[in-house]
Amino acid sequence: MIEAVDQIFVTVKRWIVMHSPEELRTLVSILCSVVPITLVFPLLFALTTLLERKGLGRIQNRYGPNRVGPYGLLQPIADGLKMLTKEDIVPRAADKVVHFLAPMVLLVAVLLSFSVLPYGRKMVPIDLDAGLLFFFAVGAATELAVFMAGWSSRNKYSLLGAMRAIAQMISYEVPLVLSTIPVVMLAGTLSLTTIVVQQAQFVHGIASWNVFTPWGLAGALLFLVAATAESNRTPFDIPEAESEIIAGYLTEYSGFKYALFFLGEYLGLFALSSMGVTLFLGGWSPPFHFLDWLPSWFWFFFKLLGMIFLFIWLRGTLPRLRTDQLLRFSWKFMLPLCLMNLVVTAVWRFSDEWHVPGALLFRWIICLLLIAGPYVLLGWFFEPKVGKRVYRYAA
Amino acid sequence: MHWSFYVVAGLTVGSGIAAMSLRNIVHCALLLTVTFAGLALLYLQLNAQFVALAQVLVYIGAVAILIVFAILLTRSSDIGSQSRRSLLAIASGALVALAAFATIAKAVLTSPTVKRDQPSAALQFSVTQATSVQDIGQQLMGNYVLPLEIVALLLTAALIGAAVIALQERRGAE
Amino acid sequence: MTPLGHYLLISAALFGIGLAGALIRRNAILVLIGIELMLNAANLNFIAFWRFGNNPQALAGVMFVIFSIGVAAAEAAVGLALVIAIYRHYKTTHVDELTRLKG
Repeated sequence: MIEAVDQIFVTVKRWIVMHSPEELRTLVSILCSVVPITLVFPLLFALTTLLERKGLGRIQNRYGPNRVGPYGLLQPIADGLKMLTKEDIVPRAADKVVHFLAPMVLLVAVLLSFSVLPYGRKMVPIDLDAGLLFFFAVGAATELAVFMAGWSSRNKYSLLGAMRAIAQMISYEVPLVLSTIPVVMLAGTLSLTTIVVQQAQFVHGIASWNVFTPWGLAGALLFLVAATAESNRTPFDIPEAESEIIAGYLTEYSGFKYALFFLGEYLGLFALSSMGVTLFLGGWSPPFHFLDWLPSWFWFFFKLLGMIFLFIWLRGTLPRLRTDQLLRFSWKFMLPLCLMNLVVTAVWRFSDEWHVPGALLFRWIICLLLIAGPYVLLGWFFEPKVGKRVYRYAA
Repeated sequence: MHWSFYVVAGLTVGSGIAAMSLRNIVHCALLLTVTFAGLALLYLQLNAQFVALAQVLVYIGAVAILIVFAILLTRSSDIGSQSRRSLLAIASGALVALAAFATIAKAVLTSPTVKRDQPSAALQFSVTQATSVQDIGQQLMGNYVLPLEIVALLLTAALIGAAVIALQERRGAE
Repeated sequence: MTPLGHYLLISAALFGIGLAGALIRRNAILVLIGIELMLNAANLNFIAFWRFGNNPQALAGVMFVIFSIGVAAAEAAVGLALVIAIYRHYKTTHVDELTRLKG
């Protein structure tokens, strides 16, 4: 019974494919994998826009939108209608073809990256041998869409915003990829399904998620920060903040194309969160053995919603970083920490063979010291040399 | 040959021609990206999965963006083309390229290696099975460890060199 | 013509196009784009011969292409840094005007 609920989507897909004519089987199978993704994630996007506005409102001591439906639940529909009916203005001097294609390229690249994530037990659209590499390769193509948007608008502010955005995204791609290398090192494979299956093993009733190890914890935190920067979210949202250069590379976009950019950005956030859940939080596996009666896809989306809540919380709490602070943070702080994390992973892996009582605690302490040492030292080294603040009051 | 090969090959060669002949340099860079993507699809058709993904990651994700940044930083998109190159120069360049293509094409079309029957079905099946990422990793750390270390040194040197060359001079010594 | 022949002809065509572009165009960046096309054509050649060749287990073609992609990326980075530095000095990227060695 639990198995049946867990595999319900697989069973439905198999039934549909079996009852379709012979020649169309491949096409029907592909559609059965692709259409649910293109339905579920935009719905999640609509839900997230509402959650974000209400969450931010509560953090800022006000209600979010609460007029459109009960508790504002129909607000995304109102937003969608607004975006669809706005006039689509294209500047006269703009490069029409590139201006039109930019949101499409962004959406295609982001939707492609959803195809290798394992959403549940045996529920992967494509089980690639090099799934992680595919994800990052396609993610790198989104930066080109940002450039296309900024350049085709023939607007100096758009171009400046696009260049800043691309510089930020490239700088944070290095810690993003480097922080996932320890996972690959210890799993021995780039295939995401294998990584999740290895994390689904239960040791003393607790699942062996990667985040329960020192290198996994450090890697997850580094991945989280890099993912925040890759999706241009606060505190790294200089390219598109409302109080900055108009709207950066999105200045000349209105109506439906702006909605497509918005959708693409949030879908990128979901993709990166899902990747973080897959690599560090155990994907679709439940945390404790006695909780495994809940279906695997429920656990995946539960953790995904948890990550989204974390991103909304960060947005409401932290101030924005300047561009130079942001770039310095990536190259001088996060990159050395990612490299130290590789060393910590190696230490953890090779100290696995100590069979002394209390070895686990000892290993944890060593690994934490190895990663916390550079963290503290780099912080001291790069601290801005300003003295204590001096207040002078009017006499 | 499957019809998808002709579509992808046509896309690749067409965007290559357009990338080299358009007036607007940013369009050239974007069409170059399309060429890289077409080549990645060709690698996938040849069953080289890892190489196709590495092509997308490195060429589209890094080299294309590098080219775009260079175009922006050198204002090449603003400068229109001034004096037309003389017809003689264009013709001689095209002739040299055509001669190179003709030489290689003749070698391909008349070579017995190319005309020979395809390898047996067993060999083809083993090709589709064998190239997992683990095999590539083991080769990299086994037979090819020396080129790996040398490429690492080369990339470090290129990183430092490019940063030093493109650094803006502080003391105004122009 | 065998499938191998098809791929080799595509590779030769791309090589010719890259060579033509590198010889004809005047902007230094377009010359670099032509060189990248030529490198890619050579990579395609390697993979085609690996796939239809005698010993695909040895992964020689794949290895060569992996290193070639890495080296090409390094070369593009240094080449474009040079173009930027030259632009800063001469305020132009037309190769016809970069005729003197003295800076």
